[in-house]
Amino acid sequence: MVNLIWMILVVSGVLVAARHGEVSKVTESAMTSAQLGVETVLGLIGVMILWLGIMKIAEEAGLVKALADFLRPLVQWIFPSIPKGHKAMGSILMNMSANLFGLGPAATPFGLKAMQELQELNEDKETASDAMVTFLAMNTSSVTIIPGTVIALRAATGSVSPTEIVGTTIIATICSTVVALSADYILRKYRRRR
Amino acid sequence: MWAVLDFISLWTIPFLLAFIPVYGYFKGVRVYEAFVEGASEGFWIAVRIMPYVVAVFVALGIFRSAGAMSLLAETLAPVLSFFGVPAEILPLVIMRPLSGGGALGITAELLKFHGPDSYIGRLASTMQGSTDTTFYILSVYFGSVGIRNTRHALPVGLLGDLAGFIAAVMVVRLVFGY
Repeated sequence: MVNLIWMILVVSGVLVAARHGEVSKVTESAMTSAQLGVETVLGLIGVMILWLGIMKIAEEAGLVKALADFLRPLVQWIFPSIPKGHKAMGSILMNMSANLFGLGPAATPFGLKAMQELQELNEDKETASDAMVTFLAMNTSSVTIIPGTVIALRAATGSVSPTEIVGTTIIATICSTVVALSADYILRKYRRRR
Repeated sequence: MWAVLDFISLWTIPFLLAFIPVYGYFKGVRVYEAFVEGASEGFWIAVRIMPYVVAVFVALGIFRSAGAMSLLAETLAPVLSFFGVPAEILPLVIMRPLSGGGALGITAELLKFHGPDSYIGRLASTMQGSTDTTFYILSVYFGSVGIRNTRHALPVGLLGDLAGFIAAVMVVRLVFGY
């Protein structure tokens, strides 16, 4: 799918240029765009380094763990099928709080561990359990407080206020998570009844 | 309400920059060394995303300079402008659930081309940060434990993405007054 989109963008660009008799523009923009891409990423590095450094301190200070404990009651309510005190809950909580801090690379190992532990609770090993689908619904809709990469990108492209989108992002991400979790709940009930 | 959002946007980073090192220090973390250790990751992340960004910059660059982007925009304008959605954002909407690197590349290109503080720039920033790469997460997470039947996970994930996009348009228009 990604391959198809990428190819369509390039090929339709070349075709439209050919139709307008401006094929030379294709060569020119391909070269300058490649250069521009590298420059943009280079501009990003400074803020990325700063942010990951600060987040490492947060991790070592136990802030991720503290947030996980804070979220426990809410998450237990979202996952009624996980027995109280089961280890899967711990992994889910750590995955969530790492995501909240914008620690994507740190979140994935916890997420994979959570899936393994949920699989132990699962009766049919080839079919996703209720808890797994809910966990994925939460993960794909992403709950982040600080979109670190986007802020870095905005700073790199010369924004007057790189962080002005933090508030709008929080609102949008809450909407996407609430809709995904509600849809999961409704589809789960509906399909069971059939 | 919107003043609160402004306040959050303005203060989150300064607060975290001050709070996290102080908290860490009193928890016995060697803050400077921890910072350096985490920071060294930053460079490699940038190196890892560079091929994605270049691939998308080139594809979108050709698409745009050839006039295909404005053709797409003109064709879809009657429908999209009704909802206040600029057509330039469409590639991002399509790419966001499919490829994290690809979506980041598109966002970067939009910010570079339209400016980060434009309507499109703010909208792209909000969309990029508000959902995750649905297809990637589903295949990695389910694949890791050998689940074949994913039940309603994909429709739920895509519905969440759609809700995030609509919410992004509405909240960006409200907050920044477009």
